[in-house]
Amino acid sequence: MMVILEWLSGLCLLLGGVLCITGGVGLLRMPDFFSRVHASGVTETLAAPLLLSGLLLQMELSLDSVKVIMILILVLATNPTATHAMAKATLHGGQRPLEFANDKDIGGDGLSKP
Amino acid sequence: MLTVAIVAIMVTMFLALIRTFLGPTEYDRMLAANSFGTKTVLLIALGGHALSWHSFLDVALLYALVNFVGTIAVMRFFEYSNASEERDDPGAAA
Amino acid sequence: MIALAAILLSDLFAVVMLFGVYSLLTAALFMDLDAVDVAFTEAAVGAGVTTVLMLSSLHLTRRWEALPRRKPLLGLLVIGITGAALVYAVLDAPLLGDPTAPVHQHVTPRYLEQGAEEVGVPNLVTAVLASYRGYDTFGETVVIFTAGLAVLLLLGIHEDARMRPGVSAIGDQVVLRSVVKPLLPLILIFGLYVQFHGDFGAGGGFQAGVIFATAFVLYELVFGEGSARAVVPPGWLHRLAALGVLIYGGVGVYSLLAGKAFLDYSALATDPVHGQHLGILLVELGVGIAVFSVVLLIFYAFSGRSRRQ
Repeated sequence: MMVILEWLSGLCLLLGGVLCITGGVGLLRMPDFFSRVHASGVTETLAAPLLLSGLLLQMELSLDSVKVIMILILVLATNPTATHAMAKATLHGGQRPLEFANDKDIGGDGLSKP
Repeated sequence: MLTVAIVAIMVTMFLALIRTFLGPTEYDRMLAANSFGTKTVLLIALGGHALSWHSFLDVALLYALVNFVGTIAVMRFFEYSNASEERDDPGAAA
Repeated sequence: MIALAAILLSDLFAVVMLFGVYSLLTAALFMDLDAVDVAFTEAAVGAGVTTVLMLSSLHLTRRWEALPRRKPLLGLLVIGITGAALVYAVLDAPLLGDPTAPVHQHVTPRYLEQGAEEVGVPNLVTAVLASYRGYDTFGETVVIFTAGLAVLLLLGIHEDARMRPGVSAIGDQVVLRSVVKPLLPLILIFGLYVQFHGDFGAGGGFQAGVIFATAFVLYELVFGEGSARAVVPPGWLHRLAALGVLIYGGVGVYSLLAGKAFLDYSALATDPVHGQHLGILLVELGVGIAVFSVVLLIFYAFSGRSRRQ
């Protein structure tokens, strides 16, 4: 039983770490604000519960585990909200997503205006 | 495995920090700062457990909250910097 | 390094964000030094409230740092001499954890050895803060109250007709409102937990007051100044701030009237340890109320002003 918990915890931590780095790389490499917000928002909101569950499986059941669950719920609730609010604010501020429709390599027809 | 996760979080924090310095618009910086804050919460939670700090989960919970409030404050004061009278919201008197 | 960047940048918005990160790193340093209560307060105040207050004052003034008109060489000289003197003094300080350091002699062994039985509270930091050094904490509470007074005298709470309930600068964000509304009671419950759990873990009046204020600051940011002032009118806050200080002072005066020294908690109950518990509870309550009302008052004063005044 303990071995299963340890393996599960290790798996969660590994997945969470990989997702974190993916999000970070996406934050740097994406060409446009809106793609960045999508990259970091989605990956972080999944990575945080995975990492916290990995931590939870490593602790004994006590007040600390309840606190970890509370942090998990808080991050799960506030991270998407903040992402949405930021994207909406950016739209309000006048930014628009980058258009690639003129690039024939990715299926565009070259007829749309930028 | 805990150390691997902590190193991954620190790498991500460094990447987010680069975006904070680079980001051509303020919106990018805001996004990267929010991301940095969320990673910090995870770092405090995991690192505190690894280093056996006392009461580190309270600090992590608090900082998750503070990060959210900070992001909303930045939005309120810089993106919506017009005074209240221009955003009259009929459905908001709840 | 972050401090250097904060000095050199002239974009004050970036400087405010950097200060937030700096406070967070300092909080992490405090955690590493095993000073959890201090780290908690630093994270709450430095990264939370101060960032929001600085952002609101940036909103009122200008965003880019004005260049100085002349080179302040005299100021540089004064700071250089003072800094050098401070560094020289620090070189002479005892190493961290040195058992022969002066701070570990005199009263500290008594606090450490007899604190648990005299005060009966597991968290020794709260015992020292609220009981052994109660006078200092009373002074701190009065200082916080005075700061609130000063802000009120200088800025005042500006009420105007534009601030109607339901009007908010962040316009039409349905998702934000729907998520923040149920979050607020949870934050308040967390604040209550921190207030009463100060005896056992990290926490206490200061941190709890700041967390309470953060909840209402969040409400004001999302729902607008009008709604926030309808929920917690500024008049209440004036009275609550005074009430916090009066509760603390009242405990002291009660001890005087009962024939003992000011803030001697053993006058509160027949069993001295029970009296200590009751005293610490009341005193932390006073601190929490005072800190909450003053922080919220300062935020109201800043956010109530509009740009063109």
